[in-house]
Amino acid sequence: MAACTSYYEIPIETPIRAKLDVGAFQRVLVAGFLAGGTDDVDGNLETTRLLRSQLRTKSELRVIDADVLPLMDVAAEGRKADAGAPLPNPIKDDKDLDQYEHVFADAEYWKKIGEEYQQPLIVTGTVMFTPQARSQLQQREQEVFDTLGRRRTVAERRLVERKGFGLSGRFIFIDGRTGATLHSQTFIEQVLYDANRQTPALSSYFELMDKLIPNFLATLSSQKVKGTRILLN
Amino acid sequence: MRARRFIAIIILSLVASAPLAADEREEAKNQVQFGIRVAQLGLWREALTHWERAVKLDPTYAAAYNNLAIGYEQQGDFEKARGAYEKALELNPNNTYIKQNYELFKEINDRTNKQDGH
Repeated sequence: MAACTSYYEIPIETPIRAKLDVGAFQRVLVAGFLAGGTDDVDGNLETTRLLRSQLRTKSELRVIDADVLPLMDVAAEGRKADAGAPLPNPIKDDKDLDQYEHVFADAEYWKKIGEEYQQPLIVTGTVMFTPQARSQLQQREQEVFDTLGRRRTVAERRLVERKGFGLSGRFIFIDGRTGATLHSQTFIEQVLYDANRQTPALSSYFELMDKLIPNFLATLSSQKVKGTRILLN
Repeated sequence: MRARRFIAIIILSLVASAPLAADEREEAKNQVQFGIRVAQLGLWREALTHWERAVKLDPTYAAAYNNLAIGYEQQGDFEKARGAYEKALELNPNNTYIKQNYELFKEINDRTNKQDGH
């Protein structure tokens, strides 16, 4: 319609509603995690600490300070009571982890935990933090000179070794009043570096968790995404 | 004679309606401009009212739909925002600004709709 359109850049804040209605809870208990993959990082302890500290500053729920649940032991005891085969310890891969997952379906257990902490929202789940190595094709420009000394560049492709870590698992949200699972959220992230770079496992763990935190928080509380748009006339 | 009268009526009605349409377009443009001014002051609800009025006055006004979409986005009404962006693009498919706004909107909307297994 308009032949000479004017435009105006304008900042906006888009509200994103929480995925989970936590209106019924005043308190949240980050209980603990089934963790495995590498011994370099205690996935249970670190994940619990990190989520508690994030929730303290970025959520309206009151965060309960409690000992971190040793979920592997809880699951193993449950298995013993059922006279089943002993569970693999430590958890090395997803196959090992699968054998512990029954603990999340144990509504009675979670209800008991809920009663102990005045029926909060319970956050638990799984965390697999595993070393990764991969060959990747890398292209770079190579300078070459012909017999007359003329310079030219040619693309050179080569395989380079990359090393890093992968972080995968699930955040599970349980109703502390009933022990029932309200919501679960899977995640998978990976970070790879040059093979000769020495990156401590713990800093890679935090780097990967940084990517997951916004989505985790968006499950529990409304977020505002800042951005700009163009208004036209 | 009757035919002449009929043609005269047609011509008269066309002449009469042309300024009206022009007035409506002009008024739609004013509404859009006013909406922009109040949006810049952070009065998004007020802005939305004016842009809604603008698209009623001129349903072919792509810029008004673009602004309306941004207003809905700011209010968190993603369904209406998507509809307005799509209408703006339908009316003006080559407008880079509308396309860019829509892409940014989709990025946020997709993130919101990302359904994780339960």
